Amino acid sequence: MASLTLKINNKTHTVDVDPKMPLLWAIRDVVGLTGTKYGCGIAQCGACTVHLAGTPVRSCSIPVSAAANKDIVTIEGLSSDNSHPVQQAWIAEQVPQCGYCQSGQIMAATALLKKTPNPTDKDIDTAMQGHICRCGTYPRIRKAIKAASQLMNQKASIK
Amino acid sequence: MEAISKNISRRNFIKFSSLTGAALTLGLYSQAAGKEAEIITPEAAENLGIEMNAWITIDTNGKVTITNHRSEMGQGSFQSVPQMIAEELEVNLSDINIVFAQGNNAKYGSQITGGSSTIRGTYKKLLKLSATAREMLIEAASKKWNVSKAECYAEGGRVIHKSSGKKFHYGELVQEASKLEAPKNVKLKLPEEYKIIRKPLPRQDTPLKTNGTAIFGLDKKLPGMLYAVVERNPRFQGKVKSFDDTETKKVPGVKHVLPVKMSVFNTFREGVAVVADTLWAAMQGRKVLKVEWDDSGFEHLSTEQLYARMSDALKSENTLSVRTKGNAEGIYQKSENKIEATYETPYESHACMEPLNCIANYQDDKLEIWGPIQGPDWVQDFLSPLLGLPKEKITVNMTFLGGGFGRKAFMDYPHEAAVISKEIKAPVQVVWTREDDTTQGPFRPGMMYHCKGSVNANGNIESYSMRTAGQNMDHQWPNADKKSYNGSATEGFLETYFNSLQHYSFSDSPLDVPIPVMWWRSVYASTNAFAMESFMDELAAKAGKDPLDFRRPHLHDGRYHDLINKLEEVSGWKNRKKGEGYGVAIAESFSSIVGEVVKVSKKPDGKVKIDKVWAVMDCGWYVNPDIIKAQIEGSIIMGLGAAVTHATHFKDGKAVEQNFNTYKIPRITDTPDIEVHIMENDEKAGGVGEPSLPPFAPALTNAIFDLTSKRIRKLPFNLEEV
Repeated sequence: MASLTLKINNKTHTVDVDPKMPLLWAIRDVVGLTGTKYGCGIAQCGACTVHLAGTPVRSCSIPVSAAANKDIVTIEGLSSDNSHPVQQAWIAEQVPQCGYCQSGQIMAATALLKKTPNPTDKDIDTAMQGHICRCGTYPRIRKAIKAASQLMNQKASIK
Repeated sequence: MEAISKNISRRNFIKFSSLTGAALTLGLYSQAAGKEAEIITPEAAENLGIEMNAWITIDTNGKVTITNHRSEMGQGSFQSVPQMIAEELEVNLSDINIVFAQGNNAKYGSQITGGSSTIRGTYKKLLKLSATAREMLIEAASKKWNVSKAECYAEGGRVIHKSSGKKFHYGELVQEASKLEAPKNVKLKLPEEYKIIRKPLPRQDTPLKTNGTAIFGLDKKLPGMLYAVVERNPRFQGKVKSFDDTETKKVPGVKHVLPVKMSVFNTFREGVAVVADTLWAAMQGRKVLKVEWDDSGFEHLSTEQLYARMSDALKSENTLSVRTKGNAEGIYQKSENKIEATYETPYESHACMEPLNCIANYQDDKLEIWGPIQGPDWVQDFLSPLLGLPKEKITVNMTFLGGGFGRKAFMDYPHEAAVISKEIKAPVQVVWTREDDTTQGPFRPGMMYHCKGSVNANGNIESYSMRTAGQNMDHQWPNADKKSYNGSATEGFLETYFNSLQHYSFSDSPLDVPIPVMWWRSVYASTNAFAMESFMDELAAKAGKDPLDFRRPHLHDGRYHDLINKLEEVSGWKNRKKGEGYGVAIAESFSSIVGEVVKVSKKPDGKVKIDKVWAVMDCGWYVNPDIIKAQIEGSIIMGLGAAVTHATHFKDGKAVEQNFNTYKIPRITDTPDIEVHIMENDEKAGGVGEPSLPPFAPALTNAIFDLTSKRIRKLPFNLEEV
């Protein structure tokens, strides 16, 4: 066991855990933020995606010790009131069905748009192909990413 | 948007018991089998000695609470049930609370979310219930104003007096209304009068699913709750011979190690549970657990053996007749224009994104369950005799489900959780790893089909036979009649074909093997339709006819003609270009008819790609066109998976594919362009969540035949290798 500092969504948590515990379980079961999901445990489905120091990572396959003292953003940190443009686009396009994978999808889309504000279909494929949705919401995910891109560009031009 | 999300965030936590003061509560009394449900008030319920269900409750503040008696697993009941009720009740969807019912089929009737039945099974009752409440509120207002009912109308949660414009909100009327007798025959709106139904209104659960606040089974926590994982025998009927937990007990956080059994049809699945204070600790403890299995007394089968048996069964004399007319075999034998073909479909895992999990708290001879559950009332009925607890002592709470597809209608995982909680005397959440979820079943049964048919001089079908070999799900239950045929062997076939054909024969050769099988989205239609509609295409080719035109003489009902015409029009079927392959398939299941056209072409490297899918859905009366569209898109993509990307194989009695690296779910890069059309008509409501899946695979392989003249009769196949 080790005492580690986790900086999640701009809040500092001190956790006493097995340093080998995957970040996913520290976030869900120790810190108690359950928006990040367990899907496969082997970095195949993307349901557990969070941002670690600004990069989307599979929290199921990173030991918690590797995330200590770094900025972690989870779905809860995007916005709780659904005001983030990606969340707004997800609602406008009515993407979720069961919704279980959507936290990971949204975190991946957010990271994509930060890096590539006007993604092509190919950019979307590359960024999102690591994410599985058993309900098959992919056509709407594609639309929502494009809608979010527009929303973000509009916001930027207003500023 | 903010107002919506604020409103919704409270929803899950509202309980009826917290409602104070008077309330107008209306429910249905439907205990008498076969009897049309009666709408009752709490007073009437008390006189009848039954507990009141509260589908609709309006408190004195005017707050409307609607109970969703079915589970929400992505298919949209959380939106479509309230959307129906809000229409006739005349309230705004944004002003209501939605709560999940607990399991109780004495109150709600069947709560099983299966068979695409939520809307089609309850809409007439719920519309009537809602309209009844509205009429009672109008009557209460008219009494208060001392005017006639005809002078008043309801809108937006208020009753309005037409001439004066005076208003009461519903909360001001509930006390008065609750004293009234429920009117017997209320007038329901005509579809053209709908303001809420048939509108593509956004789902009430969407905002919860975009900010991480939706509570799925795995997200639910109880105070003092422990976590369990179970090392189960990888062979489905194996037993625990012995186990060594020396190393497991050394893992920090591990509290208990115990053998556990859960009921799976006519047998028990055995395993050893590791219980710890964190899930991670339980998983670590399981890694170092040593279990010796007893795998004697049952067959350890491989995929090759399973299909060899099906193949033998198709050739044997023994078969059970399911549905026949005329003399299909005799006509076939004499015909000179005939074909036969054998089709094969794989076993599949459900692979819900949320792996199975369940919380049980067994204390003081009472059990409370929380979990992603498709049939909360089934869980009560199933566990009661197994645990020796009366049903009333078993409370089953539904969370949101991270996918279901039939798997979460099975009651093995709640049973296992209950057994562990009872043993350790603490609340426990049993979590299945992805590997557990993928390998343990129950699976969609693998099937083989043998079809024979002949066409007459006019190029119409003269005889049609289909013989099915595969496991019959019903045969797995204790004391099942294994001589009974599979009544679903015709599921997927258009009802109108039965009328038009003079000679047909459907028969079933059930396979008795120790692999647990279960409903998988669209159930037998998911595999039957591949054989039925592939063979229809083969018959069309034999007759030298266009596949759409070939079907037309066999449609004895305008509804089917409308659908086929729509399909032809939207897909540009008649204007197909060179180098494009078009395939069509139509299937009927759960009282809906869906036609799909797939367009394929070749990539520069010569490999086949799917360019587009057109789907036309006729589900009759419907609630929310956008939810229907989403269900069709999703069904097609799930059908694509079972056609080209995944299958479950068996080796030495164990499932081979364990996780998403080998059980490959379609990804965004596999997804074709999908265009959806919904038929408008006056038919009764059909299912929505499943019926679009069956036609996809045959439409795809028929398109590939159109493009390449290569007939694919076995699923899954590799698109890259066509």
